[in-house]
Amino acid sequence: MDNLLPIQNGQAVSRADIPDLDFTVFQESVLDATRHSGFVVQFFAYEDEQSTLKLIAVIRSGLKIYVAGCSLADEYPSFTPECEKFHMFEREIAEQFGVRPKRHPWLKMVRYHANYRGKEDVFGNDYSQDIPGNYPYFIVEGDAIHEVAVGPVHAGIIEPGHFRFQCAGEKVFSLEIQLGYQHRGAEKLLEQAGQSLHRLPVIAESIAGDTAIGHSLCHSQAIEALAGLEVNEGAKIVRTNALELERIANHIGDLGALSGDVAFNPPFNYFGRIRGEFLNLMLTMAGNRFGKGLVRPGGIAFPVLEEQRKIISDKIADETPGIVNVCDLLFSAHTVLSRFEHTGTVSRANAEKLGLVGYAGRASGLPYDARITYPTEAYDLVEANKNERTVGDVHSRATVRREEITHSLSSISELLAKEIDAESIPVPAVYALAPDSFVVTINEAWRGEVSHCLLTDKDGSILRYKVKDPSFHNWIGLAMSLRNQGISDFPLCNKSFNLSYCGFDL
Amino acid sequence: MDFTFSFTSFFSLLVAFSLAPLFMGVILKVKAFFGGKQGPPWLIKYYTLIKLLRKGSVYSTSTTFIFKLGPIISFVTAFMLLLFFPFAGLPPVLSFHGDVVMLFYLLGLGRFFTVLAALDTASPFEGMGAAREVFFSTLAEATIFVILALFYRLSGSLSFVEYFSGDQVVNLWSQSAALIFLVLIALFIVLLTENSRVPVDDPATHLELTMIHEVMILDHSGPDLALIEMGAFCKMLFYSAFISCLLYPFHTGSVVFNIFIFTIIMTLLYAGIGLVESITARYKMDMVPNFILTSFALVFFAIILTMEFVQ
Repeated sequence: MDNLLPIQNGQAVSRADIPDLDFTVFQESVLDATRHSGFVVQFFAYEDEQSTLKLIAVIRSGLKIYVAGCSLADEYPSFTPECEKFHMFEREIAEQFGVRPKRHPWLKMVRYHANYRGKEDVFGNDYSQDIPGNYPYFIVEGDAIHEVAVGPVHAGIIEPGHFRFQCAGEKVFSLEIQLGYQHRGAEKLLEQAGQSLHRLPVIAESIAGDTAIGHSLCHSQAIEALAGLEVNEGAKIVRTNALELERIANHIGDLGALSGDVAFNPPFNYFGRIRGEFLNLMLTMAGNRFGKGLVRPGGIAFPVLEEQRKIISDKIADETPGIVNVCDLLFSAHTVLSRFEHTGTVSRANAEKLGLVGYAGRASGLPYDARITYPTEAYDLVEANKNERTVGDVHSRATVRREEITHSLSSISELLAKEIDAESIPVPAVYALAPDSFVVTINEAWRGEVSHCLLTDKDGSILRYKVKDPSFHNWIGLAMSLRNQGISDFPLCNKSFNLSYCGFDL
Repeated sequence: MDFTFSFTSFFSLLVAFSLAPLFMGVILKVKAFFGGKQGPPWLIKYYTLIKLLRKGSVYSTSTTFIFKLGPIISFVTAFMLLLFFPFAGLPPVLSFHGDVVMLFYLLGLGRFFTVLAALDTASPFEGMGAAREVFFSTLAEATIFVILALFYRLSGSLSFVEYFSGDQVVNLWSQSAALIFLVLIALFIVLLTENSRVPVDDPATHLELTMIHEVMILDHSGPDLALIEMGAFCKMLFYSAFISCLLYPFHTGSVVFNIFIFTIIMTLLYAGIGLVESITARYKMDMVPNFILTSFALVFFAIILTMEFVQ
């Protein structure tokens, strides 16, 4: 780790301070850090002012975050054979910049777009053609094997994604997930919008609709660090509460959907209604059911007054017994438990190898929670949550969510009880970003670790904006959970992860 | 073959057939009640049928005439069941000695064509659903035929009319009530299996990979789908009426009273299905055979009890 620079979550450093290592030294140090205890937070390439291609790695290990960089040639020996955590990141770099990681075990496009540098395509695709392109899928051969292709258009109202199963009868040998159908070029949009900084938060909170608060918080913290903006305590508490409300609404919705997937209807109906109540609380706070427009660099866009706080705490007091009862109903029905238990198990060893985050990681026994490890906003005031069941199956993922709902409810009540300065609307009109700087922000959104990374050039405009949604880590976890499972359990496993398509596709 | 051209026979058939969609509405209402919802209107299934019948059908270019034949045969075979069934103890339109055997194979024929139509689409989902449906109904068929054997021992006949109005009637009020009780449980399990209800299948799901019956009819639309739906209503009506006739001796008493009792028992049965669907989740796919074979074990036990060495 000696070659890596320790940094703080959400604190800007000068780009000159980031160690610019020789590639082999970089690779050795980064692999050393990640092979055992460390995890990849960000791993991306960018072109600097001289159009040289640079590689940046942000690694977390224990309570520390490290960063290092190096120059990148058009080909380099892949990190993935040594450490699977880099698998998707390397594919992304290959797609974005036309750089080939040699000996990468599954080098395939991530989102299907031409690279930014106009180089020859690594995957041999001609992007002036409509899809079909060069889409190799992992194939199992044999007389008894059949292939099932699901999507990208689905029966329910969900996002587009393609799932390719290789099965023997009902049993799944392998699942490959191909996404990218929602690619909007979010990173490029953010870089281009850098001219008018006020457009940035609007794009940031649209990266993934159900994680609006998570992404806008990461974005705002990054801008605050670069522009030197201070956020007052009251605004921090409101932002923390907003993130927790988002977590509760989504977890409740998903517990209901899990129940619906096993045809156990009562909790599905009750949780559907209760989720609506929490979305409406967000409406009370932000004027938008998904919390859009609330979090802005420098604070919050408008005050949350005594009256609104009272509505929120009353509603939480009203709904808590109902939530507890419906959870009891769901988790005590033996037919439901027989579906949840030992279904879609991701072992701790696999979860660690793949670097799963969020509830998916915690359910497999990786206790990482960015709220506790790298606290931002008012999270130093909130107690840590504990998880009872961590064997990595659907039941564990459901139980972790149940525990998080209870934890979030009590956290919000605690924070609401604090005296806060509610009158201030501290969003500054004009600010400038520090030149030649680097910042990375990490927050525990409801799905897991969201991270934004910004680099500015010598004029203080955005050189590279890198976004990472927790889904980027976890989709491979879903694919692994299906190994040797019945194909009819796929929807249940999928719902227990409930990953974002647009967060992944950017 | 007895062909009873009586007004009551046709009337009871028509009434039963036209009430079938209403009974399905009972299930939806009960499920909605347990979910704390108001639920769809009672007549929802009629509205759905009308809507479907007014639509056009869409056919994939990869399908053949088999695909169009599937819905017709599955409806006709299911409807033929009703011709032979003595609703509320009233004489059926048709009956002959051995009609039960033919009827259960008619159901098999309907299923065979549904499966063919599903395979005709060449969709991997439909193939998967077809495999599951065939496997599970094969298991259910074992139960059915043990029940028929048992009834033959009890009543000496192989016809619905004689089961329920012959010299030796079979029902819960006869001497062999204990055996009939086991048969009732087994038949209820078969009903849930054959009509793709929870905990075997989930008729409400949109998740293709978990479906059994629903996935086989995904490609059917408009009037074809309406035929399939009507066939499903008939099949459900048949199994429920079968259970009802075992529950109450309809061969005695006044006709009006019997019809009244019959309607009440049928409503309670459908409500019972709704109740089961509200309080249980679906079984894992590999648990379903165990569930169906439980019904086989029950009736097999019942038939052993009728053997001479036991008595």
